[in-house]
Amino acid sequence: MIEIPVIRWGRPYESLERADVVHFETGEVMARMHQANAGLVQMDMRKAAQARDVLRQIPCTELIRKCQQAAELFLTATMPLGNGTQTPEQFCEIQSATTGLPLNMARGNMSKNAFVLSHMGEILDALTRGLPLDILTRGYGMESRGVMVSYQAASPVLGLVLPSNSPGVHTLWLPAIPLQIGLVLKPGSSEPWTPYRMYEAFAAAGVPREAFSLYPGPHDVGNKVLETCQRAMIFGGTATVEKYAGDPRVQAHGPGFSKILIGDDVVDRWEDYLDVLVRSVLINGGRSCINCSGIWASRHTEAIADAIARRIGPVTALPTTDPDAALAAFTIPGAAEAMNSQIDDGCQSEAVTEMTAKYRDGDRLIRKERCDYLRPTVLHVSDCKDPMANTEYMFPFVSVVQCPQKQMLSRIGTTLVGTAITADEQWIRELVDARHIDRLNVGPIPTCALNWLQPHEGNIIDFLFRNRAFQNSLPPAH
Amino acid sequence: MLVAAAIGKRQSPDGEGKTVASLDEKISAHRQALDQQTREIVQWHFGEDTGCEFWLEKKKTFDFDPLTDVRGFDDLKKFPLFEDDWLRGGPMRRWVPQPYQDKAIYVFETGGTTGIPKSRVVVEDHWIDYEMFSATLPDKSFPRGSNWLMLGPSGPRRLRLAIEHLAQFRGGICFCVDLDPRWVVKLLKKGKVEEAKAYSAHVIDQAMAILSANNDIQCMFTTPKLLEALALRLMDEGSSVEQSGIKGIFCGGTEFTQQWFRFACEELLGPNVYITPTYGNTLMGLACGKPFDPADNYKITYYAPQPRAVVEVVDFEDHTKLVGYGETGRVKLYTMTKELFVPGFLERDEGEREKPHDKYPWDGVSSVRPYHVFAKTTTVGVY
Repeated sequence: MIEIPVIRWGRPYESLERADVVHFETGEVMARMHQANAGLVQMDMRKAAQARDVLRQIPCTELIRKCQQAAELFLTATMPLGNGTQTPEQFCEIQSATTGLPLNMARGNMSKNAFVLSHMGEILDALTRGLPLDILTRGYGMESRGVMVSYQAASPVLGLVLPSNSPGVHTLWLPAIPLQIGLVLKPGSSEPWTPYRMYEAFAAAGVPREAFSLYPGPHDVGNKVLETCQRAMIFGGTATVEKYAGDPRVQAHGPGFSKILIGDDVVDRWEDYLDVLVRSVLINGGRSCINCSGIWASRHTEAIADAIARRIGPVTALPTTDPDAALAAFTIPGAAEAMNSQIDDGCQSEAVTEMTAKYRDGDRLIRKERCDYLRPTVLHVSDCKDPMANTEYMFPFVSVVQCPQKQMLSRIGTTLVGTAITADEQWIRELVDARHIDRLNVGPIPTCALNWLQPHEGNIIDFLFRNRAFQNSLPPAH
Repeated sequence: MLVAAAIGKRQSPDGEGKTVASLDEKISAHRQALDQQTREIVQWHFGEDTGCEFWLEKKKTFDFDPLTDVRGFDDLKKFPLFEDDWLRGGPMRRWVPQPYQDKAIYVFETGGTTGIPKSRVVVEDHWIDYEMFSATLPDKSFPRGSNWLMLGPSGPRRLRLAIEHLAQFRGGICFCVDLDPRWVVKLLKKGKVEEAKAYSAHVIDQAMAILSANNDIQCMFTTPKLLEALALRLMDEGSSVEQSGIKGIFCGGTEFTQQWFRFACEELLGPNVYITPTYGNTLMGLACGKPFDPADNYKITYYAPQPRAVVEVVDFEDHTKLVGYGETGRVKLYTMTKELFVPGFLERDEGEREKPHDKYPWDGVSSVRPYHVFAKTTTVGVY
């Protein structure tokens, strides 16, 4: 049995409380996670400054090189895991086995995390707009254009309360290490694999273990991480996002409500973009905040919805080992059933038509002994004010909404990724000014196609560092 | 007397002439004492001249006669389960045995943040319980004559008066900090985490003030959460629980896990501060922790103050059936004092049944935690 300890600034700590991580289908115990208690976190956070101190002894450029080594190790090496070891294939297998994510998606997410890590130099150069990184180390310095700048670390460590259902989100915290910010990770209960493997990869690449703490444990451990870290991220639903709204210390990542808006100038050629639409909805089992949950157009919406439904309606649950598996299991009892009921309720509206049913051999909800699946669902919504026009679920689900172009921006609501397929310059200007769209794509770009050189839900540099004034000589007379 | 008779039976194996009883003999003697207590208490609570109005009325609904059909502890299973809802609302005097009607009566509340609270009447039980508990405390860590800090829930609970009595019984003075856990529960249910934290800080501020005021406080009652908050505050200010002068801590009131016990001993307190876990409630009194033994690896085992109260670990589906030793079941409590009779009450906790111990030669319960069926809906350990 794999026993995985708590990590306290690089030191393994064997807890007296352990939690089983089980296979999502069979219930077989795959590993035993040692459980931290909240007091342990608070005790350790009194020494958080040491994590940054130890990282600051290594130049950022050297840490970036170590990130590249870590990426290679993460992707290819047999790494330590608790009292055992883990090959890359075992990593994907156990992640799939405990989360219900198909093996091909586990592999995909693994590659994505490694990609970001191996391109860290370019990413930080882009996100800092070319700032010499030793300025972040020292807190101030002269730019090449002769301007004194100061970036003060807002926290010596970044806290993360991580999810179990989406291994792709780990890309968000990887830049912390080369920025010389320590990591305090509270792994998801069924997906501790990426944080632990990444920790071992960093350590094997020569990043000091003292910069990391990993605290598997119950909810109060996550709460303590959020409370004691001056900068932290949490992943959750709308309620979580609302809870931390306005708290500058916490970045809450929730549903994306990502959308594709098709302009009047191109909507008559909607079939040209069908692949983009389908890919945006279906990829990664529809689990990501960057999956498309709404497609908005002023006309042809029924035809668009029908065409997508024809493509994704037949998709069904396959074994996680099947290379064609496109759906992830819901492992929390009752979760899929609740979503299914909500969708059925929503379909009672006169404005809503379920388009997938005729292409599906059976019900949307597939019940299994220890997990459930929801099959892809496309709704046609003829009234953009209907609640189903702006809904997101963690499976391939999309509402194709009929809405005049001139009303779209006022109706779509908060949108993480907004892809606007249009060449209408006036509308593009309005889209650029729309502050409720976080990532804007103009053109037929799938919502899930991220350029890592761009900020995601805010620039992590701005989150972790405060750009403030610093003077060590008199300013010019004025 | 029965216990003493058993103790005098044979020579100890060390050959020094001490007379000690084997554990089996102690278990047997204590079982006899429990049966005796059961008979006496049932006669008292169902006697026409002694019983309280509640039980005398209840007796009319039974298909057996407690006065003649209860001959030992096992016969308590003839009674229906005690329902704590019976404790909601008055008149409270219906619970007071007739000979105590002219005595000074306390009423203590338990649980609940809304609605009519559950209450029990007490004359002297809280004093007796804590005097018995006092005998289990080591004088080295709880020096007689030293003062106490009571850092825990007060208000309508019996805890404040009980701790104060414990301090006075041991020759000390008790300093108290006020705490209303129901307000904390309300804050948390409304998602007002920051306000709850501010309230906790306000409570710790008061404790810090008392500890810094030359009050010779060497003993403390507190809950796990408050002890953690106090210890970390002291550390943040460059001090520690030990440096504040505290030698002994009596800790309880909320869930007390094995891991937390170890964390407290190893990291919050250090080797020179003694901590004794307890488990109890207003109905039962106070169950003591088994003396610390490194071999237990911080597992906490509680023993009820028999024969005044009994803890059983029973099958989740059949509360009349004990689970095997080491097996998990629901905690069932019995109280048999002259002030209160509870013939079997299913607590909102579960744990493992433990074998008798030399110091407490009757069944214990370990790793007590919220009953898994209720755990998801209960706000626990808020203070």
